[in-house]
Amino acid sequence: MTETTEKAALKATAGAAPTAPEPAPAPRTARLWRGATPWLFLLAPLALLIVFTYAPIANMVAYSFTDWDGVSPELHYTGTENYAELFTRSDLFEVFWVSGYYLAASVFQIVAALYFATILSFNVRFRNFFKGVLFFPYLINGVAIGFVFLYFFQDGGTLDSVLGLFGVETDRAWLGTPESANTSLAAVSVWRYLGLNFVLFLGAIQSIPGELYEAAELDGANRWHQFRYIIAPGIKPVLSLTVILSISGSLSVFEIPYIMTGGATGTETFVIQTVKLAFQFNKTGLASAAAVVLLLIVLAVSWVQRRLVPDDKVDLA
Amino acid sequence: MNRRAVARTLVYLSLIAATVVVLLPLAAVVLTSLKSESEMANDSGALALPDDLLNLHNYATAFEDGRMLSAFANTAIILLFAIGGTVLIGSMTAYAIDRFTFRFKKLVVALFLVAALVPGVTTQVATFQIVNSFGMFDSLWAPIALYMGTDIVSIYIFLQFVRSIPTSLDEAARLDGANAFTIYRKIIFPLLKPAIATVVIVKGITTYNDFYIPFLYMPSEDLGVISTSLFRFKGPFGAHWETISAGAVLVILPTLIVFLLLQRFIYNGFMKGATR
Repeated sequence: MTETTEKAALKATAGAAPTAPEPAPAPRTARLWRGATPWLFLLAPLALLIVFTYAPIANMVAYSFTDWDGVSPELHYTGTENYAELFTRSDLFEVFWVSGYYLAASVFQIVAALYFATILSFNVRFRNFFKGVLFFPYLINGVAIGFVFLYFFQDGGTLDSVLGLFGVETDRAWLGTPESANTSLAAVSVWRYLGLNFVLFLGAIQSIPGELYEAAELDGANRWHQFRYIIAPGIKPVLSLTVILSISGSLSVFEIPYIMTGGATGTETFVIQTVKLAFQFNKTGLASAAAVVLLLIVLAVSWVQRRLVPDDKVDLA
Repeated sequence: MNRRAVARTLVYLSLIAATVVVLLPLAAVVLTSLKSESEMANDSGALALPDDLLNLHNYATAFEDGRMLSAFANTAIILLFAIGGTVLIGSMTAYAIDRFTFRFKKLVVALFLVAALVPGVTTQVATFQIVNSFGMFDSLWAPIALYMGTDIVSIYIFLQFVRSIPTSLDEAARLDGANAFTIYRKIIFPLLKPAIATVVIVKGITTYNDFYIPFLYMPSEDLGVISTSLFRFKGPFGAHWETISAGAVLVILPTLIVFLLLQRFIYNGFMKGATR
């Protein structure tokens, strides 16, 4: 029912429209039926939303204050013990430093994506080919990527072969020490996600009207000026969205390190740890507390971003 | 050479460098997948050409021993239900939110909006218990329900399109005696075709590639989807990189074909999906 028809119906029931011939006042049942219509459409979506998003969040917060193991019927309320453990046991908190590698990688990733998006939005030969090549990794299955790069970093694998071509003999296990393993894994994540950032930037740049460049060129602006004064402000909303996706993404890295190293040699991330706590060590209470902390951080980051860059695109209504 | 020419050369060099970085790891895996076991043992390096470029033996092994057929079948079933459900649910939600005024509408919208901010991986510990209590654990229904229930992006894409359909169409239909359901079915839904195409592509690719949910909710071996089946190669094929590589190529190939066929739509889809 649209707003206008509802108003008409209201008027009709109030009997306050003597000029035009109005339809007879809707009987009670019909009115009820009409009021229920949107809810009939929303029944399934809302049920799914509540059951699979909000109920888990509520449960998770509740579990986080207990010592539940996820299986036994008994659980005890332990207050904030889990949170205290999380923040005081250094081995549990250390995993956050691993996110630092991914955060650093995403800075590189955003800069590179911005560079390629800018040059490929101007006239370049084989433009569509380069676009496709840069974007395609994003579409590849994560497990396949994991295997491709396990082979890549393997002793005598792709990377060693390439370095051998240049006469560099390496005899190192790329995934052998925490530093090089985390750097390698972060590099894989750049390889995988650069394409998404690139395409988002490309779309934003292309939505900037072309006359602006022409006008700027007449004023003697070079490419850098064009980037600085036309492109950068024009893509600000997408840029800020990318930054927030990168931060929450760096905090919730899971697939690639889990597939490639299983979290060994200091590559365990926050989510791998949480999954292990919950499903291997049956510490559902502690894992829930960890998940609540992560959720709060991600929500805080999004909130700060909304504050800094008010983005009218995001409203759902 | 003047400055402009130098700049142009550098631009092309950087593009070629990026292409090499993207394609080289993939090319090495394709080459390896074509090598025989004895060739691998000789250790000629990852970039050496295989003796026989048409040696598809590893593909046969990966396909049969890796149970790829049932993996593709399971993935297809999940894709069918998850995409169908997402399209139906997303379009109904968008229709209800855009075309009706009702009490608590703001609250409903806020619920969907906030849910979009919650990263799925964080809540799985508790979601697991709920899925388990429905008896859906270790069945195809678990991923289907989860993919359908949590897709806020597609709701948003549909909302954008519903808004662009003039309400005068609804009113004309109403005058002809159509009720809300008929309007949705006969007018709104058919006009949503471009949005449906976008959602099908974005949802299809993310579902096809998802690892976390099937890994967590379907541990049985006959319930492998392509990502979990491929993950299981780690055990039995251990250091048999020629077989693992063939498996990886088998999984990537359908994505490549779809990408080449639908390139333009895929770019658009992901732009719409991610920028929300």
